[in-house]
Amino acid sequence: MAAVSSMRKMYGLCFHAVRQTAGRKASRLLQHRTFRVTAVHQQQPFDSSLEKPQFPGASAEFVDHLEFIQPNVISGIPIYRVMDRQGKIVNPSEDPQLSKETVLNFYQKMTLLNTMDRILYESQRQGRISFYMTNYGEEGTHVGSAAALDPNDLVFGQYREAGVLMYRGFPLDLFMAQCYANADDLGKGRQMPVHYGSRDLNFVTISSPLATQLPQAAGAAYALKRENENRAVICYFGEGAASEGDAHAGLNFSATLECPLIFFCRNNGYAISTPTNEQYRGDGIAARGPGYGMLSIRVDGNDVFAVYNATKEARRRAVAENQPFLIEAMTYRIGHHSTSDDSSAYRSVDEVNYWDKQDHPISRLRHYMTARGWWSEDDERSWRKQSRKTVMEAFERAEKRLKPNPELLFTDVYQEMTPNLEKQRESLWRHVQQYKEHYPLDLYDKYQH
Amino acid sequence: MAASLRCFLRSGKKAVSALGQREFHKSAPVAAQVTVRDALNQAMDEELERDERVFLMGEEVAQYDGAYKVSRGLWKKYGDKRIIDTPISEMGFAGIAVGAAMAGLRPICEFMTFNFSMQAIDQVINSAAKTCYMSAGLQAVPIVFRGPNGASAGVAAQHSQCFAAWYAHCPGLKVVSPWNSEDAKGLLKSAIRDDNPVVFLENELLYGVPFEMSEEAQSKDFTIPIGKAKVERAGTHVTLVSHSRYVGYCLDAAAVLTKEGIECEVINLRTIRPMDVESIEASLMKTNHLVTVEGGWPQFGVGAEICARIMEGNDRLTASGRRLSSRRGC
Repeated sequence: MAAVSSMRKMYGLCFHAVRQTAGRKASRLLQHRTFRVTAVHQQQPFDSSLEKPQFPGASAEFVDHLEFIQPNVISGIPIYRVMDRQGKIVNPSEDPQLSKETVLNFYQKMTLLNTMDRILYESQRQGRISFYMTNYGEEGTHVGSAAALDPNDLVFGQYREAGVLMYRGFPLDLFMAQCYANADDLGKGRQMPVHYGSRDLNFVTISSPLATQLPQAAGAAYALKRENENRAVICYFGEGAASEGDAHAGLNFSATLECPLIFFCRNNGYAISTPTNEQYRGDGIAARGPGYGMLSIRVDGNDVFAVYNATKEARRRAVAENQPFLIEAMTYRIGHHSTSDDSSAYRSVDEVNYWDKQDHPISRLRHYMTARGWWSEDDERSWRKQSRKTVMEAFERAEKRLKPNPELLFTDVYQEMTPNLEKQRESLWRHVQQYKEHYPLDLYDKYQH
Repeated sequence: MAASLRCFLRSGKKAVSALGQREFHKSAPVAAQVTVRDALNQAMDEELERDERVFLMGEEVAQYDGAYKVSRGLWKKYGDKRIIDTPISEMGFAGIAVGAAMAGLRPICEFMTFNFSMQAIDQVINSAAKTCYMSAGLQAVPIVFRGPNGASAGVAAQHSQCFAAWYAHCPGLKVVSPWNSEDAKGLLKSAIRDDNPVVFLENELLYGVPFEMSEEAQSKDFTIPIGKAKVERAGTHVTLVSHSRYVGYCLDAAAVLTKEGIECEVINLRTIRPMDVESIEASLMKTNHLVTVEGGWPQFGVGAEICARIMEGNDRLTASGRRLSSRRGC
């Protein structure tokens, strides 16, 4: 039949592709996945003698009574969790049974992030940096997912994922350098605070416009699929950004392009002041996944093990099967949207306190650790002291550091410096030489030419 | 900026005495200090009251009082039906606003910053701007797109672009760029009453700045016509043409230069499209020297257009122009 011969043709193409790549290292062949060139779900051969639907647009049966599908918002997609709010494992077979060292590292990274957030938020209030966004309450989503990835996996973030970078080893000095826009900043002082980026750690520089990272992540995942090097892409976004048109394009295209991509939605209840019940009417973001033909799951974002398990499995399958996954991590934004926001204008202090005191990823993990005798009150006290000290030291260093060389105003507009830019660079240099006394040159890295 | 102006002038004319300089600003009996934010708020409040087809939609405009508090108190006064919070989708809510305008309402569509209007630019250009023409006049789109435009303080490239030149390029749109509180109020009211799509470019750094507003300007029927520039300061040696925040810079520079005997005439464009070239030409007949000052990039910018028009225009004009703008960047 037509189906079989086209299947045969497809295998032929794949086999040919395999043989081409066989020229590379032999070991690669063993891990080689078929790069599918046609759709997995072959349409049934067209045969009008059957009473089954023949429409190309959907694979379904006929039904003879009128009934609308209900969007299930009363009892939506269930929330996967491993620990209860007191840090006790609910189903022992789901316990990832990570080593003490790993779990302590999770805890220390989450708390270090929390400490850094407090200090940098304060520093904005004091006018030392221009802007800041905290991650309070969402540390579990960052660390759980980052730990489940490979260091070579590419990360596209929105702006509230600093814990992912911290987990991967981005030093405090560089976090601070970016926020202070000083001469050590990898971003050369060009971005607002919290717009981190690191090529070495495979963390794409944060970009301000919302949801642009979703279609970009799909494109990047497609590129990685072609490279065939066992790498995945993870794309973080909030439930508010999921309303953008780009989100639809990103989700749809990742499915049609069959990419090794994990969409990770941080559903934290608010988009600045807009609560979820004004952002959407459906069952959150997880319910949209099946609409795109995507495997989806909803997890307890404040349970670092649940986040870890879901991301680990999604990553394994995304890479093995070349298909995207959607993880919706339910959590709560304990802090304000940013230093430009005062959330007491639109939500009660009681609501915030509940999440801070009764359902926080850091305390849940701590309960898990103390129950196993891995963490004591003394450990907590000395770690708090030590982490605050390291953050303050990095902070003080960053404050004293000079601003970037003014020459950097002209670089990176294009890959190569253009003659016009060169002229402007010359012109500024001459101007500043002539009017030196009007410019605060001592605040800047040595203005050389 | 004063330094470069001095260089420019010394290349030709002698300084003329400061005699005969007329007062440019007569304050009315009961003037008041009003911030640009409050002036915009008043304009919207008055127009919402005057015409029930007018409504405001955008992110955070309702209960939050607006991301920059420009719509403070409006939701409390007019409720859900007139002040609408939208999900995060500029393309989505710009499209909804355009549709509402086509169906007979008069929406004010707020972009949190015009940088985000790029997500919606297809709706602004292809749907709002071109529809009246392409429907042969059958379909009007009486909509106002407003929000902060141009540079703020340290908010990086994606929050700092000036869109005056981009939007002013398109026929079918009117593009307005107020400077002070009177401009803000009078022009916003005119924009809302205008049956054409109007792009209303505010400036975040000006929101909190108080300006004197005459008693007349504080009245409910005060409007400023779209398409007319204003001479903020008369002068005889050089014409400074600007819009938005940089009008203030020009006046500051003029104050410095007057001490050196150089009298600047400062023109506040107020409207970018349709541009009041006649006012500029009239000024240049006096001064013969032009400097355009803008926050946008120089290439294909507002200043470029002004210089081109001056060069093409009135043969009696022998003026030459210079542009002052953001770094060219290429």
